Amino acid sequence: MTTADLNVALPFIIVAAWACILLVIDLFIPADRKGLTALLAVAGMGFASIPVLLRFEESNRAFNGMIVQDGFSSFLQLLLLGVGVISVALAYDYLQRRKIVKGEYYTLLLFSVSGMVLMAQAGDLIIVFLALELLSVPLYVLSGFAAKSNPESEEAAMKYFLLGAFASGFIVYGIALVYGATGTTEIEAIHNVLISGVSNLGLLTVGAVLILVGLGFKVAVVPFHMWTPDVYDGAPSSVTALMSVGAKAGGFAALLRLFLAGFPEIAANLAPILVGVAALTLIWGNIAAIAQQNIKRMMAYSSISHAGYIFMMLPAIVDSDIAPDAISAALFYLFVYAVSNLGAWGVILALERADGGGLSIDDYAGLGERNPGLALAMALFMLSLIGVPPTAGFIGKFFLFRVVLDANMIGLALVGVITSLISAYYYLRVVVVMYMRSGDPQVRSERWLNATLWLTALGTFLLGIFPGPLLNLASRTGLFGLVP
Amino acid sequence: MSTQLILFFILAVIAILSAIGMLVSKNSVYSAMFLVLNFVTIAVLFLLLNAPFIAMVQVTIYAGAIMVLFLFVIMLLGTDMAAEGISMPWQPPIAILLSGALILEFAFILFFAQQDVLPQIEAISAAFGSPQSIGKLLFNFYLLPFEVTSVLLLVAMVGAIILAQRETG
Amino acid sequence: MTIPTNYFLALSGVLFILGVLGVLIRRNSIVILMSIELMLNSANLAFIAFARAFEAHTGQVLVFFVIAVGAAEVAIGLSMIVSIYRSRGNIDIDQISQLKG
Repeated sequence: MTTADLNVALPFIIVAAWACILLVIDLFIPADRKGLTALLAVAGMGFASIPVLLRFEESNRAFNGMIVQDGFSSFLQLLLLGVGVISVALAYDYLQRRKIVKGEYYTLLLFSVSGMVLMAQAGDLIIVFLALELLSVPLYVLSGFAAKSNPESEEAAMKYFLLGAFASGFIVYGIALVYGATGTTEIEAIHNVLISGVSNLGLLTVGAVLILVGLGFKVAVVPFHMWTPDVYDGAPSSVTALMSVGAKAGGFAALLRLFLAGFPEIAANLAPILVGVAALTLIWGNIAAIAQQNIKRMMAYSSISHAGYIFMMLPAIVDSDIAPDAISAALFYLFVYAVSNLGAWGVILALERADGGGLSIDDYAGLGERNPGLALAMALFMLSLIGVPPTAGFIGKFFLFRVVLDANMIGLALVGVITSLISAYYYLRVVVVMYMRSGDPQVRSERWLNATLWLTALGTFLLGIFPGPLLNLASRTGLFGLVP
Repeated sequence: MSTQLILFFILAVIAILSAIGMLVSKNSVYSAMFLVLNFVTIAVLFLLLNAPFIAMVQVTIYAGAIMVLFLFVIMLLGTDMAAEGISMPWQPPIAILLSGALILEFAFILFFAQQDVLPQIEAISAAFGSPQSIGKLLFNFYLLPFEVTSVLLLVAMVGAIILAQRETG
Repeated sequence: MTIPTNYFLALSGVLFILGVLGVLIRRNSIVILMSIELMLNSANLAFIAFARAFEAHTGQVLVFFVIAVGAAEVAIGLSMIVSIYRSRGNIDIDQISQLKG
C-alpha cells in the first residue's frame, strides 16, 4: 500500500471515516439539536467531493486493482455525493415531523453513501460484493426507521432485507463461478483471461447470469421487481428517495462496469435476454403504474420503468463502437433521473402529513391554487420523468434512444417510445389533479426542503435547456483502459 | 475407489440430506440443528480440500457463533412462533420446476459440455492453506476489502442496536 | 486418486439450489434466513474447491469476506425478526406483507 493507493480511495475513506467520527460526535449532540448532525453529514460529503473534483480526469488503479479511478467513477461519485447531500436535506424536516429524530439516521445514511462511492470505483468482484452490502445494510435499517409510528415501515425493512440478502446470495455464487472459470476476480483480469481463450465459457456464462440476477434485484428490473412497491411504500419517504436513486445508481455502476470491462463477449451472447429484460421492465413498470392510487407506489413503478430505460444500455454496450456513447448516455440519464426524481420526492415529502397521510394522488387536488410554486415544480418533475421537451428528461431519453437505434435494436427503441407515451398518462394525471380539481392540501414549508426543491427544479429546467456542459462531462468519462 | 472418494460421497450425502432436513422441518430448532450439521460437514470437506484454517473458521464462526445466535433467537421467541401456512399455492411447484431446470443446467455444464476444461486437483504442498499464507494475502493484497469488511461489521452492529433498542426508546 | 473439482462443484450447486428452494417455499423468516446462509455456504464450498484446483489462496481469502458479510446479515436480520416479533407476535412472511402487487 502506498500514498497513491490511498489517494485513489480517498473519497470512500473520507465518507466512511467521517461516518465513524459522526457516530461518536452524535452522542454529544442533544436530541433537540440533531440539525447539527445533519449539517456535519453534509460537510463530510462535501469534503469527499474535493478529491473527486481535483482528480476528475485521472485514471488510476489502486490496491492491486481492487479499485480503479476513471472518469466513469468520478462522475458517479459526484452524483452519488450530491444525492447523499440532497437526501440529508430532504430528511431533516421529515424526521422531525414524523418524530423519529435520531442522529444515527444521518450516520447510517453516510455509511450507505460510502458504499455507493466505493461501488463507483469497484475494480474487483469482491469489492463489488462488499460495496453492495455496505450500501444495502444501512438502507435495510433505515427502511425500518419509522417502525414506532408505522408498522408498515418494519415490514418494508424485513422484506427489503430478505430479498436483498437473497440477491447477494446469487451474487456471491455468481462470483464463485466466475472465479472458477477464470481464476481471478479482478474485472480487467477476467477480460484478459476471457480474450485469451483459456476460461471455461459455460461456467463464466452461468456466473454472469447469476450476478445479473442478483444486481437485477438491487436495481429492480422485471422479473426481480416484486419487492419494490411494498418497500418503497412502507419505508419512510426520505429513505425511499435515497433508495430509488442511490441504490439504483450503485447497482448500475456495477452492471455497466462488469459487462463492459469484464465480459462484453458474454454480454453479447446474453443480448437477447438483456433486451427481453429491458423490454419487460419498460412494459410492466409503466403499465402497472397506471393502476396506482398511492403516489409512493406510483413512483415505485416509475422507478422500475426508469431502471428499464437505463437497462437498455446493457445490450448496447456489446458493440464496442457504440459503447462509449452508451456509457455516457447512461451516466447522463442517471444524473437527470436523480435530479427529477429527488425533486418529485421532495414534493411528496412536502405533502406527507405527520400521521403518514397525504400520500394518495387525490390529496394533490387543489395544489395548483394553494401553492402554485410547488405545483409548478411538481409539474416540471413529472414532465421531465415523461421526457417532454424542454426538460432534462427529454435530453436524457433522446440520447438513450439514439444509442439504442445506433445499436440497431429498433424493436427495443419502439417499446421505449411507446412506453414513454403510456407513462405520460399516469404522470400527467398528477398534474391534472393538481390543477383541475379543487381541494385543500396541507403543505410543509421548511428551509432545507424548499432549498432542495428550488435546486432540483432549477436543475431539471436548466439541464433541459443547456445540457451541453454535463453532456460534455459525461462523454469524457471513459472506463479505465477501454475508452480514452 | 479411494478412501478419499468414499469419504467425499458420504459427506456429500450427509450435506444434502441435512440441507433437505433443514428445508422440511416444521420446527425451527430442528432446522437450525440440521444447518449446523450441514456446516460441519462442509467444514470437513474444506479439510479434504487442503483448507484447514478455513475449516476451523467455518466451525467456530458459522457452526459456532452464527448458529448459536439463530438458536438463541428461536429460543427467545419460542419455537411455535410461526405456523407454517403457504398462501401462494403456485409458488412451490414453480420453485421446484425452476430448481429442476437449474440442476439440469448445472449437470450439463459440469459433466457433459466442458468436462476437461475444469482444472483437476493434483498433489499439493503441505503449506497450502496455512494461516500464515492466508494472513499474508489477507493483509497485503486484500487489505482494502478487509477494511471495508470492518466498516460493514460496524454498520451491522450499529444497525442491530438501533433495531433492537426501538421498543424501549 | 484425488477427487475431481467437478464433484465439489456439483455438490455446491445442489446445496445452492436447495437454499434457493428454501427461500422460495418456506414462509418462516428465520428459516428463510437460514436458507440464505446455506446459499452463501455453497458459494464458499465452490470458492475453496476452485482455490484447491488453481493452487491459489485467493479463493480461500474470499471465503473470509463471505463469512463476514454473512455474519453482518445475520445480525441485522435476527434483530429485525426480534423487533417484528415483539410488535406483531409472528414472523410469517405472508402475514408480514399484505402483498399488493
